Amino acid sequence: MTESLLRVRDLVVEYPVKGLRRAPFRALHGVGLDVDAGETVGLVGESGSGKTTFGRAVLGLAPVTSGSVRFRGREIGRLSRSARRALATQIQVVFQDPYTSLNPSLVIERILVEPLLAQRVPPDEARRRVRDLLDQVHLPADAGRRLPREFSGGQRQRVAIARALALDPALIVCDEPVSALDLSTQARVLGLFREIQERTGVAYLFVSHDLAVVRHLSHRVAVMRAGEIVESGETRRVADDPQHPYTQKLFLAAPLPDPQAQRERREARRRLRSTEGARP
Amino acid sequence: MSEPALVAPAAVPPAALSGGLRRLLRDPLGVVALGWLALVIVAAALARWISPHDPDEPSAGDILAGPSASHLLGADGSGRDILSRLLHASQISLAGAALTLLVAAVLGIGAGLVAGYYGGWTETAGTWAASLIMALPGIVALLALRAVVGPSPWTTMAIFGVLLSPAFYRVVYAAVSGVRHELYIDAARVAGLSDARIIGRHVLTVVRAPAIIVAAAVGSGAIALQSGITFLGLGDPSVATWGGMLNDAFANIYVAPLAVAWPSLAIGTTCVALTLLSNALRDALERTGRPRRRTARAEDAADAAAKEPVLTHDEPPGGAALLDVRDLVVAYPRPDGPARRVVDEVSLSVRAGEVHGLIGESGSGKTQTAFSILRLLPAGARTSGAIVFDGTELSGLPAARLTRLRGGAIGYVPQEPMSNLDPSFTVGSQLVEPIRAHLGHGRAKARTRALELLERVGIADPARTFDAYPHEISGGMAQRVLIAGAVACEPRLLIADEPTTALDVTVQAEVLDLLRDLRDDLGMGVLLVTHDFGVVADLCDRVSVMRHGRVVETGPVDAIFAEPRHAYTRALFDAVVATGERA
Amino acid sequence: MYRFIARRLGSGVVLVAALTTLTFFLLYLGAGDDIARQLLGEEADEAAVRAKERELGLDRPIVTQFAHWLSGAVHGDLGTSWFNGQDVGAAILSRLSVTVSLVIGSTLLTVVFATVLGVVAATRGGWVDRVVQVAGVLGHAVPNFLISLGLVLVFAISLHWFRPTGYTRFAESPGLWLSSITLPVLALAVHGVSGVVQQVRGAVVDELGRDYVRTLRSRGLSEARVVYRHALRNAAGPALSFLGVQVVGLLGGAVIIEQVFAIPGLGQVAVTATGQGDVPLVMGLVVVSAVLVVVLNLLIDLLQGWLNPKVRLG
Repeated sequence: MTESLLRVRDLVVEYPVKGLRRAPFRALHGVGLDVDAGETVGLVGESGSGKTTFGRAVLGLAPVTSGSVRFRGREIGRLSRSARRALATQIQVVFQDPYTSLNPSLVIERILVEPLLAQRVPPDEARRRVRDLLDQVHLPADAGRRLPREFSGGQRQRVAIARALALDPALIVCDEPVSALDLSTQARVLGLFREIQERTGVAYLFVSHDLAVVRHLSHRVAVMRAGEIVESGETRRVADDPQHPYTQKLFLAAPLPDPQAQRERREARRRLRSTEGARP
Repeated sequence: MSEPALVAPAAVPPAALSGGLRRLLRDPLGVVALGWLALVIVAAALARWISPHDPDEPSAGDILAGPSASHLLGADGSGRDILSRLLHASQISLAGAALTLLVAAVLGIGAGLVAGYYGGWTETAGTWAASLIMALPGIVALLALRAVVGPSPWTTMAIFGVLLSPAFYRVVYAAVSGVRHELYIDAARVAGLSDARIIGRHVLTVVRAPAIIVAAAVGSGAIALQSGITFLGLGDPSVATWGGMLNDAFANIYVAPLAVAWPSLAIGTTCVALTLLSNALRDALERTGRPRRRTARAEDAADAAAKEPVLTHDEPPGGAALLDVRDLVVAYPRPDGPARRVVDEVSLSVRAGEVHGLIGESGSGKTQTAFSILRLLPAGARTSGAIVFDGTELSGLPAARLTRLRGGAIGYVPQEPMSNLDPSFTVGSQLVEPIRAHLGHGRAKARTRALELLERVGIADPARTFDAYPHEISGGMAQRVLIAGAVACEPRLLIADEPTTALDVTVQAEVLDLLRDLRDDLGMGVLLVTHDFGVVADLCDRVSVMRHGRVVETGPVDAIFAEPRHAYTRALFDAVVATGERA
Repeated sequence: MYRFIARRLGSGVVLVAALTTLTFFLLYLGAGDDIARQLLGEEADEAAVRAKERELGLDRPIVTQFAHWLSGAVHGDLGTSWFNGQDVGAAILSRLSVTVSLVIGSTLLTVVFATVLGVVAATRGGWVDRVVQVAGVLGHAVPNFLISLGLVLVFAISLHWFRPTGYTRFAESPGLWLSSITLPVLALAVHGVSGVVQQVRGAVVDELGRDYVRTLRSRGLSEARVVYRHALRNAAGPALSFLGVQVVGLLGGAVIIEQVFAIPGLGQVAVTATGQGDVPLVMGLVVVSAVLVVVLNLLIDLLQGWLNPKVRLG
């Protein structure tokens, strides 16, 4: 059997804490996760669970203290800055906040052309590719001449997706890519993610706090709490039959958009809480 | 040493610089300042040709002469022509200021870029060097070094540049370290850009505007200090300077007081012009840079929405309305064009003991509606329509009576827990203060009441939380504290603005339970603003759907969920289905 | 809190030490080899020059000189002037109180007026706000020796309300003392107030726009309580940081202003010492100024800690 596209084992990430002789803050306590080519793995957790840190470690933006991050069989956890740059064609990112992930003073074309020029694509060729990219994410062709602030949140997130696609990567880390968007916009952007995967076969590591979003898109899902993965498996299995009490609690806490179903869910949560109270 | 104090504005959001310059040219003060500086520069450049006399040639007959045809501004204590000296002195002043500026900018911007971008030891070193330089008043440091290097104006100005470099360092460092953690820098790194390219393309744009603003301020400081030094008589006496001329005139102030005016005017106007320019630049560059997040959508909003009737579902007759809002309009005047209506003829009612959900997407006007009930809208908002609470019309109510209602009969729960607590006061004192104001309790009794409330909202260790500062408690706890504050005086109406949006889903479930229990205990009516149909399904009895400042559909929750009639409501439900679990 | 004070105090000491060392080597290396000759004049013979160098300790290696100076300095002995043999510490101390009273007086005025005007401008808005802003910008832009010249011309020379120059010690006559420092203190304060008022105004405007202010209003607190108890307290932090920088500026401004009013403070010592190249005296002035600034910053830090729990507890 060949190795997964992304294979993370025993990943530990620690951030130094200000002040002398203070113990560093350990954000991840030995986390393991695989992502196969063309698949979507959802990483769910609440704030402070370490899910974003995991994504950043894969991107080389968080310090890997120990453990291994292998991509296509090659260790990438502790690469130098220049070696890391070469991976740009393989691993890309879409961040949460479409307002801060695009430089407000550059027009869209400059933003999109940048990764191409960094890979020494000739400028004319790069500009042609940008027009193609805008089309792929369903933005008008004249969007390239405008500044990010002229676009709505959903459109900006399309630009961010286009930037991630520019180098035709094998894996895109999506860090809460729709949680800053309105409901109806969310649905359309998620549709775009799925469409792109079907066409290009790219794999997603999809980080989110929103179970509904993860469930909608992911083949497999892992649930994180306090820097550890408490449960993982096929999405349907984890969602319909969660084993870990925390996963159960997490699923039951999300309110359903249906008054009757939500009443039942609330009751189920009450029951879970009382059994939880029985064994502290 | 103290943390770096921001002397000048910190990170000005990067903007299209050309747009900023266009704005500058529309600012009358900016134009005047630029014009004056241009005039001084031209006069300095042409001094050799336009001076009526040799600036250094004394004339014994003209000592301290007043203004005349041959000496337009009079002559100084050695009989030299003041106008000619003023013109020649401006060369030294301007060139000196330019040298200072250059040295300060190169050192400060360079160090600020490196320290801000790479952090680590460069940050420590840079910040230390800056506080070392700033540990002496500039003039003392300059006097000290002058004892060694002598009176040469150029050396002095170069040293002065070093002394002023922290001004650049601090703003550049602040701007760069602020932007270092921006997601677009991370994105550029992931996109494979080299550090040099990231600095050139993304970081320098952020530094540009604050650096230009500081440059004007530093230029003004340079001229002030240079003339100060020469005024003290510590300049090179063989070179005409503004400060040196002032020194000469000051010595003769009783004989020829007018002579003091000319160098004073030269120094003063140039400094003022540079400062005005700095301020005008700040206005021009800051305004263009500010992103207009939501406004863009809200603007085309109200106009686009056709005035269609509100779709109202039948409902069983209930009790009298506790809160009745009729035809509420909230509008913000715009300098160009008609006022922007963010809430447009909204009507809704809340009964006692009922939760009325107000749902909509961002920019729909739901929060503005909630704010206008308590008159908490930002300055500049214009409202019309009727807001009747328990038989009292609120919109014309005198401020004193409104103050009694706020926090008394009407409670308010905000959206962001952390930013809604005053960071400088303990949780307890923020609860006690309104309790004492409303209920007239003494200190001890108010404290007891606050501890009761903290326990009521499910805080495990009320005494400890009472003494804690906001930054010492979690977001979920902070939201409970805010709810405790809202219900402290047992209100009959609670206005909750997205009370669970900022919370984790497990905490959200608990807070929703708490709100339900409090509603049952106190029998209060609740107006709940939210964007989440799950929250509506969980807590609300009735719901109004808002879009573009208008209510499009309203009725009992069960009826609307069973049979949404408006196309927009149905589209929202479809979006839930598309992302949600009912699939 | 004690750890916080200790940390700030520690870094202040390190800063003074670093600055002192740097200045010492710059001054003594920069002063050159022929100081003794300059002091004695061109006609002095070689032996007399050598004797003078030995007397001043200049024949020893620079590091030894520094060690000698430092061991004296930590015991409060800053050496003697090269020119008149006067004790540097005594020379500075006798002038220090004059300069410090100028700075303290103008700082008090600055704090009071900047706070009142800043809050009024921020809450009233309209033309009051615009006047305060414009006056602030202009007052801060004009160098303070120009302001003092203006004050002298108007109040002393034209109106004869005050003596234009000179200084009377408080011990001699409190009334005359007050009259002699009024104009210089005012001149410094104009500069201070106009700088700080802009910061206070801006900080209060910022605070009044924050979420917690809306929530406090929703709790039924009076507008006065919201502004003075809550918004002003939070605004004080940034304004105080700026005040620190500004007071250092006032200290520098005092040096020049003393010259205008012929006040015998540190400024006069500094100007004379610099003109003569009296290195030990200059060195002493640098040490004293640095200590003053460090003490000032420590005070500001303490105030910040008192105002802001995050600083105190962090």
